[in-house]
Amino acid sequence: MIRFEQVSVRYDNAAEPAVAGVDLTVPEGELCLLVGPSGVGKSTLLGAVSGLVPHFTGGVLSGRVTVAGRDTRTHKPRELADVVGTVGQDPLSHFVTDTVEDELAYGMESLGLAPATMRRRVEETLDLLGLAELRDRPIATLSGGQQQRVAIGSVLTVHPKVLVLDEPTSALDPGAAEEVLAVLQRLVHDLGTTVLMAEHRLERVVQYADQVILLPAPGAAPLQGAPADIMALSPVHPPVVALGRLAGWSPLPLSVRDARRKAGPLRERLADRTPPAAPVLPAAAAPVAVLDRLSVRRGRTEALRQVSLTVRPGETVALMGRNGAGKSTLLSTLVGLHTAASGTVTVGGLVPSRTKPGELIRQVGLVPQEPRDLLYADTVAGECAAADQDAHAAPGTCRALVTALLPGVLDETHPRDLSEGQRLALALSVVLAARPPLLLLDEPTRGLDYAAKGRLIALLRALAADGHAIVLATHDVELAAELAHRVVILADGEVVADGPTAEVVVSSPAFAPQVSKILAPLPWLTVPQVALALEESS
Amino acid sequence: MNTGLRRNTAGRGAAVATRSTALHAGAWWLWALGLATAASRTTNPLLLLLLVAVAGYVVAARRTDAPWAKSYGAFLKLGLVVLAIRLGFAVLLGSPIPGTYVLFRLPEVPLPDWARGVRLGGKVTAEGLLFALYDGMKLATLLVCVGAANALANPARLLKSLPGALYEAGVAVVVAMTFAPNLVTDVQRLRAARRLRGRDDRGVRALLQVGLPVLEGALERSVALAAAMDARGYGRSADVPAGIRRTTAALTLGGLLGVCAGTYALLSASGAGYGVPVLLLGLVSALAGLRLGGRRSIRSRYRPDRWGARAWLVSGSGIAVAALMIYAASHDPLALAPPTIPLTAPTLPLWPALSILIGLLPAFVAPPPALPRPTPVSPAPQVVPAPRVIPTRRVIPKPNSKEDRT
Repeated sequence: MIRFEQVSVRYDNAAEPAVAGVDLTVPEGELCLLVGPSGVGKSTLLGAVSGLVPHFTGGVLSGRVTVAGRDTRTHKPRELADVVGTVGQDPLSHFVTDTVEDELAYGMESLGLAPATMRRRVEETLDLLGLAELRDRPIATLSGGQQQRVAIGSVLTVHPKVLVLDEPTSALDPGAAEEVLAVLQRLVHDLGTTVLMAEHRLERVVQYADQVILLPAPGAAPLQGAPADIMALSPVHPPVVALGRLAGWSPLPLSVRDARRKAGPLRERLADRTPPAAPVLPAAAAPVAVLDRLSVRRGRTEALRQVSLTVRPGETVALMGRNGAGKSTLLSTLVGLHTAASGTVTVGGLVPSRTKPGELIRQVGLVPQEPRDLLYADTVAGECAAADQDAHAAPGTCRALVTALLPGVLDETHPRDLSEGQRLALALSVVLAARPPLLLLDEPTRGLDYAAKGRLIALLRALAADGHAIVLATHDVELAAELAHRVVILADGEVVADGPTAEVVVSSPAFAPQVSKILAPLPWLTVPQVALALEESS
Repeated sequence: MNTGLRRNTAGRGAAVATRSTALHAGAWWLWALGLATAASRTTNPLLLLLLVAVAGYVVAARRTDAPWAKSYGAFLKLGLVVLAIRLGFAVLLGSPIPGTYVLFRLPEVPLPDWARGVRLGGKVTAEGLLFALYDGMKLATLLVCVGAANALANPARLLKSLPGALYEAGVAVVVAMTFAPNLVTDVQRLRAARRLRGRDDRGVRALLQVGLPVLEGALERSVALAAAMDARGYGRSADVPAGIRRTTAALTLGGLLGVCAGTYALLSASGAGYGVPVLLLGLVSALAGLRLGGRRSIRSRYRPDRWGARAWLVSGSGIAVAALMIYAASHDPLALAPPTIPLTAPTLPLWPALSILIGLLPAFVAPPPALPRPTPVSPAPQVVPAPRVIPTRRVIPKPNSKEDRT
């Protein structure tokens, strides 16, 4: 269905080709997963299928890409619109109209389908994706998962043979991600659609794939094969695979269910051992942030209701809960972006909303969901100098932090040219230049591959050991399991669970990490914990 | 708005507004423009207030919960601002109306000779102020009428009714309209981010400094949207023979020239004789050009608004109000434009007031909006202890789903 023949793509002004020597065939009706570290050209390959590379992005494509027999050299994206449906990372930038039903019809209108056909297909798609209740709703009022489903639906109505998805679940909470994946499963099984999808969160998707294409390094030729075979040698892999490799299971399990079947002996070996206990924090230490029965209103909705929370130095707290549960509002309230409707919030003894920004950044720092929002300057050096000035820190403080986090980044690099992970590290350095005792991160692992995530985890651990208190809002259960001492779960603005990570996440199927699901009822959470225990016992 | 109002009107025949029964957006605009025309014919404050009340009642009874419906409040405020500005000017700059009741005197600023005829400060008379008040109310009522149309009809749906040749221009407008709210959120987000850097987030300077990043973000989003639109088939066109293409261009250009020439002739004193035929000829030719141009577009339309009996009633009521007021203005000008010299209390003329009440018809014949759904919007609750419940979706069998939920 999709065929790449000796394809390489070189963008203008780039020294190296983005991808080179790609020979691939994706057969009809398969769910094919594209994996690899950040920056290996996954998005370029996806763009080449829909014809956006090179017709829209510029650059030179050599070789040949054919989709359903159509050569993308001679067919522009609009002429491929009836065979390829593309959904990008951000569904909001995909929408042309303002209500769900119009959006579903838009592609068909462009193709000039008969009104009766359009009507029938819209109704079918509404049912297929479970959107019937939302048909008249303005798109801006939908949740993240709903928007992603509408985006998929909007390309499905033209009955494309191929569906191309770039990180469809990255921004979604675990529940919404399951909704989207269930829809994809159904398309592949019932309609025979060919799906090509890139995704960083492999723990969510790898068990559904029929085939995996691995791009191991920039410019290297891709490897293609059955998911288990590719995962055995992939540098990026989910915890279930890591555990499988550690325990030497063969064939490698890809789902929790397969792993549990094989995990009997491992559970026995670990039965008499206990995971290292969380470090006991000095109870006497004065808390860095206290929320007392805090309520916050945003417009007419109560975003937080009667939330009480205390954060102590050296403690890492993970805030979890579905999109719109109030996680970001809580973080924003701690930096004074919202005022309390009732109750109190204090950070380092100050009331954030009544403190001058210049004073507040020495108490608390927030890295927002989009780290780029924090960066204004044209160069890394300029950004660092501005950060030192803002924080009244000694010149060079921020640059030293950047060098520690991102060895090899040049002074004159433009922040926009950094990768997602590098930009996060730069924003983190800017915030840390003021040495705030409380550090807040909103969704820090969005768009990070496993290696970048590993570096982030090591860094945050070191900061916590240094006495920094860290609060992170995240959908990433694996991150929470690795990092957090405490997990707080929010739902509709209320705290519904608050306790040590091991207790909270294990008791909830939606928030349990893979290792805990596999080794239940044993209390293990992460692969490194298990690895350490096995090393000690042997 | 209160739900009691909705419940009262829901029983009167019209089915609840859905996509298929919703009133044609054009009907709402005709109705609102009819009210606006009526407002432009009078300065009687009682009639103007009645017009605002009629428009407000219809909006309260028939608007939906959609984001564009919330713009009504903004238009009301804008109307009040216009009124305040008009009064402010009357106080500061004086009024051409000679009055005898002096309310107070402002210190008069002496102006040089070349600015004769302009006055700054000086006496403020009750007559002048009243005149300004009536005049400002007229403007404010016009704005409120436009706001009512905006709140009742989705502007994007109105654009969908454009002829095919104008479709692309329509899309540009729709995209621009969806971008405006995005821009506002961007500005708010980036101003918040300034606070995180320890800089002031208030004041003009903060706003200016986030300008560049906001524009950058908007540009990036436009490019992403353009890519998405291209990939979804925007701009696919049919092959049209060169002859037809040339004819289209000639008809459209010639038609527009004719319209311009005709309008000019009508407005100038000399050419009243040939003005009307030239204008008509130009219009016909331009319309023919648009129609031919539509052949290039292969687009079809999904569920276009239908113009039914209710649309006739709604638009007809607006036109009737306008027509009756124009008639009244020519027959009883004194009642519609109460004199400010000498100061008299305005009276409510019976027949014009009754004719304005015809504008209430849409509150009864237009389909009422669907009641807000009692269930919260979040469809997939997954609070920790409770199992996930998805009310509308069929359960999709999935490998290991059982295992994952134990």
